[in-house]
Amino acid sequence: MVDSVTATKGTAGPTPATNRIGLTLADYKGSPSTLCDGCGHDAITSQIIKAFFELGVEPHMVAKLSGIGCSSKTPAYFLNRAHGFNSTHGRMPSIATGVGMANSQLIQIGVSGDGDSASIGMGQLVHILRRNIPMVYVVENNGVYGLTKGQFSATADLGSKLKSGVMNDLPPIDLCGLAVELGCAFVARSFAGDPKQLVSLLKAAISHKGTAFLDVISPCVTFNNHDGSTKSYKYAKEAETPLHEIGYVPFFEQIAVDYEPGSVTEVKMHDGSHVFLKKLHGDYDPTDRLNAHTTIFKANQDKQFLTGLLYIDEKKPDFTSQLNLTDQPLALLKEDSLRPPKEALDEIMQSLM
Amino acid sequence: MKTLAAESASKQGTGRIVNDFSIQVGTVNGSGSQSSNNVLMRSIFQMGIPVSGKNLFPSNIAGLPTWFTIRVSKDGYIARKREIDILVAMNPQTAHDDVKSLQPGAVCISPAEMKLDLVRSDVKHYQVPFGDLAARATDQIKLRKLLTNMIYVGVVGQLLEIDQAEIETAIRKQFEGKVKVIDLNLNAVKIGRDWAKESLKKEDPYYVEKMDKTAGKIIIDGNAAAAIGCMFAGASVVTWYPITPSSSLCETLIDYLKQYRIDKKTGKASFAVIQAEDELAAVGMALGAGWAGARSMTSTSGPGISLMAEFVGYGYFTEIPTVIFDIQRVGPSTGMPTRTSQADLLPAYFLSHGDTKHITLLPGSVEECYEMAGAAFDLADRFQTPVFVLSDLDLGMNNWMADQFTYPEKPFDRGKVLTAEQIEKIGKFERYRDVDGDGICYRTLPGTNHPLAAYFTRGSGHNEKAGYTERPEDYLNLMDRLNKKFDTARSYVPKPAVDRNPTAKIGIVAFGSSHFAVEESRDQLRDEEKVATSYLRLRALPFSDELRKFVETHDRVYVVEQNRDAQLRDLIRLEMPDLAMKLMSVKHYNGLPIDARFVTDAILEQERKA
Ligand SMILES: Cc1ncc(C[n+]2csc(CCOP(=O)(O)OP(=O)(O)O)c2C)c(N)n1
Ligand code: SF4
Ligand SMILES: [Mg+2]
Repeated sequence: MVDSVTATKGTAGPTPATNRIGLTLADYKGSPSTLCDGCGHDAITSQIIKAFFELGVEPHMVAKLSGIGCSSKTPAYFLNRAHGFNSTHGRMPSIATGVGMANSQLIQIGVSGDGDSASIGMGQLVHILRRNIPMVYVVENNGVYGLTKGQFSATADLGSKLKSGVMNDLPPIDLCGLAVELGCAFVARSFAGDPKQLVSLLKAAISHKGTAFLDVISPCVTFNNHDGSTKSYKYAKEAETPLHEIGYVPFFEQIAVDYEPGSVTEVKMHDGSHVFLKKLHGDYDPTDRLNAHTTIFKANQDKQFLTGLLYIDEKKPDFTSQLNLTDQPLALLKEDSLRPPKEALDEIMQSLM
Repeated sequence: MKTLAAESASKQGTGRIVNDFSIQVGTVNGSGSQSSNNVLMRSIFQMGIPVSGKNLFPSNIAGLPTWFTIRVSKDGYIARKREIDILVAMNPQTAHDDVKSLQPGAVCISPAEMKLDLVRSDVKHYQVPFGDLAARATDQIKLRKLLTNMIYVGVVGQLLEIDQAEIETAIRKQFEGKVKVIDLNLNAVKIGRDWAKESLKKEDPYYVEKMDKTAGKIIIDGNAAAAIGCMFAGASVVTWYPITPSSSLCETLIDYLKQYRIDKKTGKASFAVIQAEDELAAVGMALGAGWAGARSMTSTSGPGISLMAEFVGYGYFTEIPTVIFDIQRVGPSTGMPTRTSQADLLPAYFLSHGDTKHITLLPGSVEECYEMAGAAFDLADRFQTPVFVLSDLDLGMNNWMADQFTYPEKPFDRGKVLTAEQIEKIGKFERYRDVDGDGICYRTLPGTNHPLAAYFTRGSGHNEKAGYTERPEDYLNLMDRLNKKFDTARSYVPKPAVDRNPTAKIGIVAFGSSHFAVEESRDQLRDEEKVATSYLRLRALPFSDELRKFVETHDRVYVVEQNRDAQLRDLIRLEMPDLAMKLMSVKHYNGLPIDARFVTDAILEQERKA
């Protein structure tokens, strides 16, 4: 039971009306969604709102980004008090990289789709993972291009069927497998229909310093929710095999530990928060990269839908820290620190004479 | 045809042609001749004589022909000169063609074993046993090839009477601090010089003599100049993907940033440089950084510009500042990567689908590469839009003599950015409302701590509150405001440089690296043909009123540019259809830098018909 690992206050009782910085859940909401009723993306949006609210993140310190697609519309539906950037199709990672360089104090969350990330944006996805730019990167994965009316995407499973009966005869790209391969230090898979797990993973992702990658199966009720689809609510619900139950205790809450020794793996996040992974079926060590690889590979072979925290490495340095930038964000530096003095120009001119 | 120089020498009746000729060195790329050519050029420069250097190189790392041309001009002409007066033919692959292309009476210095005297008997040959001399310079076979280059510096130095002391100074500068290398090279020069002194009889008219025309001047290429401009303009996020001829801009910038923008005490950098995975990502990163409030930039060439198209339109439509350098090379497609061109004028100006147009700066000298780099950041911030700086390979990668750059006097213009305190005072913020009536709205940066500060940036239709819209009137409102903003920009961008001759019936319009050829051509037209001209050098798009006035007040206006399709001429026709018939065209687009003689001939030919 996740409840066996809880904070002394907070998640145990009813959710308080205001969070630690005095804001209400409503302060984390966005504009009303314009997606289809029941779309998985909306379920994910709710958990994003909840995660930020419960963590008490200052909304104005968040930058929410996306590409193009139904999924990429969702940043408009959460955190109205955060600056938003709905970019071009597949190119959100480059925007996030630029934003991160300009202001490393911002907390970035990017929402993308499987078309946006696994096809047109694959190049940029690969490179943001490789660079380890600090951000939460959520792929709302429905196996189709929702916004362009239901064509297969590159994550559609072999043999899965479109509504029209057309069968997918190409193998899927496993985005989590790819992320682990590229050295991403936070890789998780979840399901829009498993809010409890999702919200814990989102909180852990926000605590992570570096790219936190979440592949969330998010059924498209309009184009890919029928029998024969492997991304439908029904299929995912039945097939979901969580690796563990996930508890999250933020740095600002006290941990009340109440579990049998050996039944829980604890991961300390760099901001002092804790993730507790309660074993379900046997051991899974999410810090073992090779094992993460094998597990993902094997699950795919067995057509298993594994969810949970697949891989984590809290020690991997992120890109921005490696640049040794000024403490003040570059975006806020003024002329006195950006324009070298006249002597510098004189010296350069002298060298060219 | 006689060169101007030859003419003035014969007029003086001295038989000497002093400080007015061109030297071309034909070598193989990767052979290390670049240092020798720099030394040659610098030592003449140090003697106070105006020089310019052009490197004609292949898109290849080693083994293909390369030519380096040094123009020595007492009158200060620094454009390419078509005629070669002195050839140093070191490349057996091209030596025959090279020597054949000389004018009668020109000079050819070559390895004796090539027997080039058998190819042309009407040029003055100096045949040098380079192999033997190189063997004298070192016993290391590997070094011989490199030192051969310094031997020709010695031979040329002796023949032209270049001060040996200046050559030595230039070598010390070239190999700064590397004592052994300096000694080795100095020795090779001396071997060449001594041999020439003993074995060659001077039988040509070319000499250098000390002048005082380079005091206080610098030698620099346009990319380095732009890099310096960017650093002093406060560029803080720099993204790029390597491409000739643009790479050296960012590479030089990185060197300077490391030297001058890392805090000596804390070791912290006031900049981030990212080598992106491609140009699409490079411009995306630049836009992301510009949106978040940094002074961001990227630099590329034609193929990169094509890749950036979608994002640049996004930047225009959502109003995000960034600076994009396009160091033009020959297209279409891969084209000729190491040849120069001005064929990206329209592609850059109108880059992206839908109705888009961009502020485009057109530096015409290395000084302007420096200044306009600075201006570009201010304009990008002021107009909240991507700003192009269009340079080219000739300007960007060749060595130009220039006045020293002056330290920027104007403080940064960071444009209309609202802080939390300002929003609190105003009580309201709408991202895309034209509050001031100039088409430029106010923006906020992410991280601004005020409940009203946030807005949603989207490439889809948006209203004044940055909300999604498909309403026709919202779209019209937005597009017309963007147009208004563009009109405001007309009076902010660098004004054209106009040299009006009240007696002139014809005018010349040019931009960018065509400038020096046009200046020299105007002198040719005046001195040789008594044709007076006025000259307007365009320094930016969009156009301002000066251009219209200029065209109106001349009978015919020749638009000189380095592309096939007369892109600038057509753009002027588009904006001034009533004046279309006055606009003539001079187009140079073979990949070589434009030269004065070409411009003069093209204008005269059309004038005869007019
Ligand atoms: C350059 C470009 N090509 C094509 C499109 C059309 N397009 C819009 S959304 C989309 C697919 C989105 O699929 P996905 O990322 O899976 O998002 P979903 O709608 O399924 O959430 C495509 C192809 C576009 N906007 N831009
Ligand atoms: S089309 Fe599919 S993905 Fe798009 S909003 Fe509707 S259900 Fe969601
Ligand atoms: Mg999809």
